[in-house]
Amino acid sequence: MSTASGELRTTRQRWWGRQPIGTLFALPYLVFVLAIFAYPLGFAVYIAFHDYYFTAPGVDVPKPFVGFDNFAAVLTDPQVLEAFRNIGVFLVINVPLTVVLSLVLATALNAGIRWAAAYRIAFYVPYLTASVSLVGVWMLLFSSGGLVNAVLGPLAPDPSWLVSSTLAMPTIALFVTWKQLGFYILLYLAALQSVPRELHESAETDGANAWQRFRNVTVPGVRATTVLVLVLAIITGANLFTEPYLLTNGGGPDGASVTPVLLIYQRGIQQQNPDTAAAIGMLLVIVVGVLSLAANRINRER
Amino acid sequence: MRRQRGTWVRYLLLTLAAAVFAFPFYYMVVGAFQESPTNTPDQLLPTSGWTLDNFAAIDSRINLIGSLGNSLIFTAGVLLGTATFGLLAGYAMARLDFRGRGATWVLMLLVQMVPFQLLMIPLYVQITRGFGLGDTYLGMILPFAINTTAVFIFTQFFRALPQEMFEAARIDGASELRILRSIAVPLVKPALTTVVLVTFIGPWNEFLWPFLITKDATLQPLAVSLANYISNVAQSTANPNGAILAGATTLAFPVVILFCLFQRYFTASNIGSAVKG
Repeated sequence: MSTASGELRTTRQRWWGRQPIGTLFALPYLVFVLAIFAYPLGFAVYIAFHDYYFTAPGVDVPKPFVGFDNFAAVLTDPQVLEAFRNIGVFLVINVPLTVVLSLVLATALNAGIRWAAAYRIAFYVPYLTASVSLVGVWMLLFSSGGLVNAVLGPLAPDPSWLVSSTLAMPTIALFVTWKQLGFYILLYLAALQSVPRELHESAETDGANAWQRFRNVTVPGVRATTVLVLVLAIITGANLFTEPYLLTNGGGPDGASVTPVLLIYQRGIQQQNPDTAAAIGMLLVIVVGVLSLAANRINRER
Repeated sequence: MRRQRGTWVRYLLLTLAAAVFAFPFYYMVVGAFQESPTNTPDQLLPTSGWTLDNFAAIDSRINLIGSLGNSLIFTAGVLLGTATFGLLAGYAMARLDFRGRGATWVLMLLVQMVPFQLLMIPLYVQITRGFGLGDTYLGMILPFAINTTAVFIFTQFFRALPQEMFEAARIDGASELRILRSIAVPLVKPALTTVVLVTFIGPWNEFLWPFLITKDATLQPLAVSLANYISNVAQSTANPNGAILAGATTLAFPVVILFCLFQRYFTASNIGSAVKG
């Protein structure tokens, strides 16, 4: 009798685990993730491959499978191509600036400096502050009659920063570099603590100067973090929405700062074409994935 | 001698960078209290012209207090969901052996990888059309209701507690619910502080989702109504700059204060993905 119930107990334990109540504890989170992430993820793929449109509630119209039609439409749309090109311009400016500045500033901070906490706060606060607030401030600073142009005087660009088709995207790239830098500095600070001090010391005894030590000890020592910084900067850059929406007044001038996410919003929600919007979303994820893999690759090969 | 020069260069570099980082904040706060925020460098240290009119001006167009209230409800909803369900999930992941533990772990990692922008359209369809939650607080809160980074933080915290505490309680015949209530929850305070801080900035600063889901201006959080002011109202206002800066200051202030008070609780690993969603 007791062995039988003992056996039953072990089978039950093997299936439900030793504390089956854990399933109940984790259940709200599981339901949340399935409903808010997993299901919409599948739904996004479904929408992208169907002729999907919004209907009045309760009306059920066929939404036929159309294969790659939405992708074909998106890939031949000059505005979509321009949005991806704009992201390219953004990344070419933002990514190198981010990596170089955050590593240099983190190295300077790490060298045992007075008021390190105050510097850290100054660098970090823009990262924590709402984009909408900071965009408002930058918009005023960089407007035609703004403070930046007043300081530059005759050197001020004409047309001004945010209304110039060549400068709009670079200005956004500068803004995002400024806003995000503090976070990357913290990542590098954490990584720098794990670079062994002896390496620096022995390089110094071998007569390496500060630049040589930075180049040959610090940079290789934080390589794994550099990959992380690259990938995160690429993801952030690919997901731009608030900046072109507000800073350049909806991707202006004339689409020069339009981004894929801004297009997803305009196509999917304003113009009610969720199918092409979902296709742009999938393309964006593929592009980000490929770029992240490439960043990882380049770093491994060196 | 050379070393000394290196130190000078370092301080110069850091101070210069810190000035570039802090200046827009200075401009924002000073401009918010000025009759007309300056656009010329020689008036950057104003001695007169202080006023509170800018706050009144933006309040008359976007209802500052109402918007702040909406931001607070949005943020509080997310905090409540995360602190209860996130704590339960984190505790279970760290301390209990149950069916579906591995699957939950995989899902947690998946959530960190899926960009919100890909989910934007299907979530919008699902929540406004499927659930009929457009223009509601619940619809605003739902996609952020349980912060996955917070679940990770809770998991790490409970994992670091000594195993013997839990074993002893089990040997004494305490039920799992009782162990949770009398051992885990009373100890959780430090982790909870980190979780609240890390979770707070997400919904407070969030623009895209509440912007999509709310058409009704009386429901919009401050980030959305300020953005509307900047993109629509400002053009038709005579002198909008002071009002924009007053709104920006109001939105930025709570987070900056929280950060300065609880600086040591913010660490890089915590915050990275929290902001992502």
